[in-house]
Amino acid sequence: MKLTVWTYEGPPHVGAMRIATGMEGVHYVLHAPQGDTYADLLFTMIERRDARPPVTYTTFQARDLGSDTADLFQSAARDAYERFQPNAMIVGASCTAELIQDDPGGLAQALDLPCPVIPLELPSYSKKENWGAAETFYQMVRRLAMPRSDNLPDGPSCNILGPTALGFRHRDDIREIVGLIERMGIRVNIVAPMGATPQDLNRIADADFNVVLYPEIADTTARWLERQFGQKRTSVIPIGVGATIDFVREVADFAGLDAEAFLADERSNMSWWSRSIDSNYLTGKRVFVFGDATHAVAMARVARDEMGFEVVGLGCYNREFARELRAAAKEYGLEPLITDDYLEVEAAIEALQPEMVLGTQMERHIAKRLGMPCAVISAPVHVQDFPARYSPMMGFEGAAVLFDTLVHPLVMGLEEHLLHMFREDFEFHDEAGPSHLGHGTKVRTVDDETIEITIEETGGWTGDAERELKKIPFFVRGKARRNTEKYAAEKGLSAITVETLYDAKAHFSR
Amino acid sequence: MNDLSPNALATGLGAGCTDAPVLRERGQREVFCGLTGIMWLHRKIQDAFFLIVGSRTCAHLMQSAAGVMIFAEPRFATAVMEEKDLAGMVDAHDELDATVERLLARRPDIKMLFLVGSCPSEVIKLDLSRAAERLSTVYHPDVRVLNYSGSGIETTFTQGEDACLASLVPELPELDTDEPSLLIAGTLADVVEDQFARLLDELGVGPVRFLPPRRSDDLPSVGPSTKLLLAQPFLGDTARALTERGAQMLSAPYPLGAEGTTDWLKVAADAFGVTDEHFDNVTRPGRERAAKALAPHREKLDGKSAFFFPDSQMEPSLARMLHHECGMDIIEVGTPYLHKGLVHEELAQLPIGTTISEGQDVDLQLDRVREARPDITVCGLGLANPLEAEGLTTKWAIELVFTPIQGYDQAGDLAALFTRPMNRQTRLKI
Repeated sequence: MKLTVWTYEGPPHVGAMRIATGMEGVHYVLHAPQGDTYADLLFTMIERRDARPPVTYTTFQARDLGSDTADLFQSAARDAYERFQPNAMIVGASCTAELIQDDPGGLAQALDLPCPVIPLELPSYSKKENWGAAETFYQMVRRLAMPRSDNLPDGPSCNILGPTALGFRHRDDIREIVGLIERMGIRVNIVAPMGATPQDLNRIADADFNVVLYPEIADTTARWLERQFGQKRTSVIPIGVGATIDFVREVADFAGLDAEAFLADERSNMSWWSRSIDSNYLTGKRVFVFGDATHAVAMARVARDEMGFEVVGLGCYNREFARELRAAAKEYGLEPLITDDYLEVEAAIEALQPEMVLGTQMERHIAKRLGMPCAVISAPVHVQDFPARYSPMMGFEGAAVLFDTLVHPLVMGLEEHLLHMFREDFEFHDEAGPSHLGHGTKVRTVDDETIEITIEETGGWTGDAERELKKIPFFVRGKARRNTEKYAAEKGLSAITVETLYDAKAHFSR
Repeated sequence: MNDLSPNALATGLGAGCTDAPVLRERGQREVFCGLTGIMWLHRKIQDAFFLIVGSRTCAHLMQSAAGVMIFAEPRFATAVMEEKDLAGMVDAHDELDATVERLLARRPDIKMLFLVGSCPSEVIKLDLSRAAERLSTVYHPDVRVLNYSGSGIETTFTQGEDACLASLVPELPELDTDEPSLLIAGTLADVVEDQFARLLDELGVGPVRFLPPRRSDDLPSVGPSTKLLLAQPFLGDTARALTERGAQMLSAPYPLGAEGTTDWLKVAADAFGVTDEHFDNVTRPGRERAAKALAPHREKLDGKSAFFFPDSQMEPSLARMLHHECGMDIIEVGTPYLHKGLVHEELAQLPIGTTISEGQDVDLQLDRVREARPDITVCGLGLANPLEAEGLTTKWAIELVFTPIQGYDQAGDLAALFTRPMNRQTRLKI
């Protein structure tokens, strides 16, 4: 048993729902008890979808367990086919139904429905949401893919694989990347799973190669397609200017095109925005990066190479991609944090005292509690992470969006200086927080709580030193405290005085 | 669930929808399970912790349904069962003991721990009552460990609170006096509870105690001199357990709207021999304020139609309030479970011809609501946006559970929950 307060991923059947809901013409019959229907609200509320997910739940109750839950499943599947007339059906069990072992796959086959029925085996007690999505997509492609057609238009073509319902910025990433690829002169055969029909999956082999945008979802499928049809698959994730350039080069190589000629005409505002003089204050800001492995690794590169930040922590919650994250962490000289335990991530952030957190909405919550700025860069997501406006994360426009996203939570250039100079101004005091964000009082309350707690815990601080520490603006205070304590410990000092504070400042000056 | 025999009211029998045929449906149910009750229970009992023994799905439900992460560290968590727990490779009870040990070490402020059963723990027949008993001995006297089931195979949404409160009943001290006292059962917002306490005090009704209490060491006593008044209509098991302890159940409508609140208070007042004149005097300011607050909403709601999808079992009470106090036509009152003994008074006040449905086949019910095209549809979060996209105005049912709506001073707020979506429709020009 694992004690869980908040989870980064739902159960694997929610992953299957993300595939079914993203696609068109697919219906999912899920053997599940009453209550599992909560998952609909992920799509209708968090993602604001205007239609119900195409899922029929058998919603069995205790009284059904004594009789025939298998019969219940069959009638639910039959009714769902009649009502929704899907082009393909996927069937499976949620965690509870897995225990009663009714075999939804076999039961559905026995109905002999006039559409392909794809059974899913998603072990709920060992696997999670991303795995469930990847497995579902793989099973559907395996079942539906037909041999490559003989009669295809001229010119290079590719599939774009990975986007799903409830994905972080998938909606806009697809638009951005499809545009990029089409500008390169490559035909997009299909985008899947999001937006694809089962008939589209029939012709997945017609493309020359596969663009894997979200390996968490599409890696398994792309590897199978590579083995089965010899389609190459991309490895670069186009997040940030540098990675997008690398991506264009990789794709151009697969397609036999000239990348440099194409890149000469492509621009991202990010490059100039980051070089412009106002961005000087971003230099060396210490950031903690956490998310799914793909987004975390990609954002670490953006943070270091394109924002000029210092990456002080890097981690992911999905063990399936721990290898990729470990490799990246090594490059940054960091100890990788691979855990799906929210409390462990919180402890790491608290210990590192970064100046900004780039994470999921869990980290946003941690950061709020610790009084740190935060930008969300990965699933799991909240309703506010589905913006109405066009805001991709990928491609050249995505890089510009990222610049804005990462700058927005911070106190900006001159304001930062003014806060240092006049930190006891009664209106313009540092605890009011960044003046362009309307959450001043919140920051103050949270910060005060943190201060109180730390005083109790450390005790080594003299009253004068503690007061002096409070004069340091909140967004660097955590770091100052940590450095001073580290310095005092190294020097074996029993008490921290005002002198110690400034000695430490000089010691760590950079 | 048992069937409580209602205190027969001569006026109620056969009136309104009391004997109306009930449309019973069995199909896909678009409802929450009983675990969701933890969302408000963990805020209400401030030194209690709720440990769900379940799966990743349970944990995911809790964080999704909670509007995702409202509280930095909530007083609930899930002990997520893993393959080795199910395959018998480890003793699930040992695992649970270790989990509880970690939890209590982390949260020394916790005085009461509920082990909450889930669908998977019920299916594998993990005996949580045995675990609670064992752990109670271990942590006695610092922490009391209780258990109940909030599983979807046994409970729907608010039934989770019923199961939780019923599990508290054996813990209540014996009331050792013949003096009558009033016990009000069912979670109310603190502000509402305080208002009722003041009103009942002015009426001379009391002593008054509430279940659940705000702190676990403040459990109300119960005995044959206890008069029990339910504040929520979904407490069948709790009411039965309390009556088995000797409490005398008072039958009343629920305190929704001005009339509902008056009728509810009157039942308590009568049981304590309060004169009509004194009752009128004490309740007049509240009634007048409620009437004033309701008037502008009544203007907007009068003659409009409403359709309820099943959610909290509060539907008959809400429908009664909207019909009587706001002049609305009620097309269908869907409820996950129709406990006639507990909503008898509400059914009696619903107009003949209202469809009363119990259980659900969501696709069929959606067909009915599309056919009826009500002015407002009360439904769950999974259905609201899709119905809005079809041009139906909706009200999220969960707001009716999470908002203080009981009592005189919230009658206007309750009506406002229904006028706001309509108001929005008329404002928007896009």
